[in-house]
Amino acid sequence: MGKFITRRLLQMIPVLIGTTLLLYFLAFAMPGDPTAGLCGDRQCPAQYVAQFRAEYHLDDPFFMQYLNYLNNLVHGNFGVLLNGHTVVQELAVRYPNTVKLAVIAVIFEAVVGMAAGILAGIRKGGFIDTLVTLFTLLLLSIPVFVIGSLAQLVFGIKLGWFPVTAGDGGLYSLLMPGLVLGALSLAYSTRLTRTSLVENLRADYVRTAKAKGLSNARAIGIHALRNSLLPVITYIGASFGGLMGGAIVTERLFNIQGIGLLIWNGILQKQRVAIVGPVTVLVLVFLLANLIVDVLYAVLDPRISHD
Amino acid sequence: MTEIVTAATPRPDEPASREQARSLWTDAWDIMRRRPIFWIAMVLIVVFVLMAVWPALFRADNPLLPNMCLLERARQAPGVGGSAFGFDSQGCSIYDQTIYGARASILVGIITTIVASVFGAILGTIAGYLEGWVDAVLSRIADVFFALPLLLGAIVIMTALPTPSSPSTGNYWLSIFRVVLAMALLGWPYPFRIMRSAVIQVKPNEYVLAARALGASPLRMVTSHVVPNSLSPVIVVATNDLGSYIATEATLSFLGVGLPSWIVSWGGSISNASSLGLIRQAPFMLLFPSLFLCLTILSFIMLGEVVRDALDPKLR
Repeated sequence: MGKFITRRLLQMIPVLIGTTLLLYFLAFAMPGDPTAGLCGDRQCPAQYVAQFRAEYHLDDPFFMQYLNYLNNLVHGNFGVLLNGHTVVQELAVRYPNTVKLAVIAVIFEAVVGMAAGILAGIRKGGFIDTLVTLFTLLLLSIPVFVIGSLAQLVFGIKLGWFPVTAGDGGLYSLLMPGLVLGALSLAYSTRLTRTSLVENLRADYVRTAKAKGLSNARAIGIHALRNSLLPVITYIGASFGGLMGGAIVTERLFNIQGIGLLIWNGILQKQRVAIVGPVTVLVLVFLLANLIVDVLYAVLDPRISHD
Repeated sequence: MTEIVTAATPRPDEPASREQARSLWTDAWDIMRRRPIFWIAMVLIVVFVLMAVWPALFRADNPLLPNMCLLERARQAPGVGGSAFGFDSQGCSIYDQTIYGARASILVGIITTIVASVFGAILGTIAGYLEGWVDAVLSRIADVFFALPLLLGAIVIMTALPTPSSPSTGNYWLSIFRVVLAMALLGWPYPFRIMRSAVIQVKPNEYVLAARALGASPLRMVTSHVVPNSLSPVIVVATNDLGSYIATEATLSFLGVGLPSWIVSWGGSISNASSLGLIRQAPFMLLFPSLFLCLTILSFIMLGEVVRDALDPKLR
């Protein structure tokens, strides 16, 4: 196991270097002058522009700039934003908000998804199954920003149950955005639970369990369920990284001060350091979540060994 | 793919050979056409494609022509003043905008799916067939693009690409291809991985070894034996991804980094309708483009499910 984890961690290095190079290249290629809006309506003094460009190495060739940036990144220096805060400070403030949002979404998709999937899968083709299948189909076809806008309209404005935006970062105000963020993954986790339970109910070992006189509840609840929930747990774990990266729309819609909004503002204000570093952090979370899931899989399923 | 289908489908005047000539594709077609959900999806898709190709068929007028929008009828509710879906805050007919919005969505969705799948499948075939260092290099490159979330990466790429500013036919296609490029760049690793593992599974089969023993060139082995037999999972992935590309394009346009404002698109219309004051005042502005967008995605998802059920032998 130790060998497997080391190998996977080493494999992450080229992916991370490739990601930063790609992102840096894209951020570098962004049209527009980064000093253009710094001094309000007036043109910036030439001296200031020169100092700014020297400070951020803007006149170096692309690769020198990138290596310089990578060197800083390795030393934990993600750069300074135009408002004087370092990116690390901003990340420290905003990271908990995005994590809270993603955790709400993950709990939602895990609890509701598994419950609905089990109810549907136990009686395949029944009324609940049809209902759940139709509902997941509906969820899959509504993009997050439409669900979000509709939720703001219905639950925020018409019914007044939830605050329409979540600028304060309180848990209650993050609830609706979290559910909106998790809606799409909820559809996937429901369907996965259902399919995998249906497959396992047909398996020979369930028939054996019933034949040797176990009650239906025990045969399904203990034998089939344990095996069917393995892929679901994998999916839910892996979706955590994706949810954090996908939170950009939800954060913008509900005005949540998270990493997504930091990246979005970085794009609007053409601040390269606010894009490359935070996106790299999200990619790292995505890769680590996948690794943890793979390790967990071997722990839960003794048939799978990574050695 | 068409070649395989026509080669395998027996002519109707030869009922005797029907049993032996059954291929994966004829089997799949037989399964699909018996499912009502397939026909529902197909009817919806045909309607939306017609809408994209020929909006005049639905008695919609081009909302970009001059004098189409009258400010005095701004935000009139549906049914009042002659538009079935009401008017937006510029006084433009929401019905016209919704019908004309189909074109951009469908174009972007279909072209992105084709570009990402073909590119991914070709590289996947190369990686899976050659293996060794070529495979290692291509797989690592795919890992980089795979680790970037689709939406986040597409936003960054879209802002890095130059924006065509003035409305013209050339710029219309340029704008469409900007979005296609951004999404296909991030979308190809999935078909790549699927194709690669399918090719690795197919390669050691006897019929491929037999072809090699008969002296077939590598190119011939790949094109006439390996690729036809490893194509079906990629087709499943492609039909499943089409809906999510349409959703991502709408999201990008909603955020204001996708299609420019002078191209009518559902994402743009929803963006115009979704400021909080307007949601309160004129919710129908949000409702109709959202409804059409969701129905389009729904029809492609349903098609994807039917195709998956028909082509995945495990589920039979």
